Amino acid sequence: MSEHARAASPRVEHAWRVLHDVLDPEVPAISVTDLGIVRDVIAHDDGLEVVVTPTYSGCPATEVIAQSISDAIDAAGLGPARVTQRRAPAWTTDWITPEGRDKLRAYGIAPPGSCASEATAKVSPSEGRTRGLASSPSGGSDGRSVGAPFRPIRLMARNVDCPRCGSAQTERLSAFGSTACKSLYRCVACREPFEHFKPI
Amino acid sequence: MTTAFAPLPTTASASGSVASTTTESIVFAPTPLQAYLMRIGDTCLIHTQRLAEWSGHAPILEEDIALTNLALDLVGQARALLTHVGRQTGFDEDQLAFLRNERDFRNVTLVELPGRRAGRDFADAVVRNFLLAAWMNVLWSKLESSSDAEIAAIAGKAVKESRYHVAHAADWVVRLGDGTDESMRRTRQAVDRLWPYTAELFETDGIDTAAAEAGLGPMRVSLKAEWDAIVAPVFAEAGLNIPATGAFRSTGTRGVHSEHMGYLLAEMQTLQRTLPGGQW
Repeated sequence: MSEHARAASPRVEHAWRVLHDVLDPEVPAISVTDLGIVRDVIAHDDGLEVVVTPTYSGCPATEVIAQSISDAIDAAGLGPARVTQRRAPAWTTDWITPEGRDKLRAYGIAPPGSCASEATAKVSPSEGRTRGLASSPSGGSDGRSVGAPFRPIRLMARNVDCPRCGSAQTERLSAFGSTACKSLYRCVACREPFEHFKPI
Repeated sequence: MTTAFAPLPTTASASGSVASTTTESIVFAPTPLQAYLMRIGDTCLIHTQRLAEWSGHAPILEEDIALTNLALDLVGQARALLTHVGRQTGFDEDQLAFLRNERDFRNVTLVELPGRRAGRDFADAVVRNFLLAAWMNVLWSKLESSSDAEIAAIAGKAVKESRYHVAHAADWVVRLGDGTDESMRRTRQAVDRLWPYTAELFETDGIDTAAAEAGLGPMRVSLKAEWDAIVAPVFAEAGLNIPATGAFRSTGTRGVHSEHMGYLLAEMQTLQRTLPGGQW
């Protein structure tokens, strides 16, 4: 992030405010800045450059997002803007802002836990059998801790609270959901199904 | 969104005979380093094509969604690699995917073997998914330190995606292998059918050596120990034996494919071959 440049240029500062209202087309509850995919805004002589890091390799929203960003910058009279991709470092759900997490929850999507904290979470005894892989001492959110084998996904650690009633008594219905970034859960307490933004 | 098809070619000549409407293939002559990357990109691409066959046909809805989501990640990885090699060779990703001949594809044979359309079992899809995802995961983790910054960046994203793929596939291997007598029988058959094709995942040739010397990526043989360490405990949990590796060697990475590849490409390429440059 070029914090220095942001502070130095009112035009760049304005662009960040505009981007704060550009919604993700697949999760229209949060903006591209909430999602943490806008990595930089750079003022060039011939226009603004908005640097975006893609969420998933195959995310079909990538092109739409670039167009939405470019359109919004134009509409605010700050154009022309070009959107460029920066692959490294890879996007992580840890970049979703606290405000973005609140918006997700209000929209009915359980936000992702921190990738770091999930890696140390323990598997609850009810979440699988107790022999074989289930008895491995620890497993990361991605099913793997350093030096340990992969674990079948149903044995992974999870601590996903219901976004509606807040209950921790939830169960996973499907490892994948309506978009690449989500899985499907159900709350055992209030019985509502909900989506969970997978930590990655 | 624009729809910009070229006019349909005339299909009948004056003499009444039917003329070909097929677009000419591109002449693709990669360097060893480019061929190395195409092996990975083509493996992702062809695996995507086979996974996509399950769309609307998986045994349960959740798995239908899962297989197509895996395919989505894989096609994204394939696009990134094909685009990268395309920049060096003067082609775009679509030309490389849709206008190459069979011999110019360098995917491992394992991914082109028949899928749902040929009546192969869901167990085959599960076992292949697992064996491949484990291999891709080890490969991507090593490519994160590639001397090619773009490849390292692609790998940095893909390795995270592949972890979820392995975990999901492992779940199903255990569920089927350690399930009913029938699911175990069919999963064992799938392992026996597919295992001979895993030897190609760890072969070494001049292309691997060139890539390793350039720091572009690892030799396939160097992936074996870590792959074994992922596969063995899951097979043990599933009650599956790891078969012995025989003398058979598949040769997809050298461009010599199984009899199934031509049919796969015909289906995958027909639209762009018939309507060159078509977009939607």
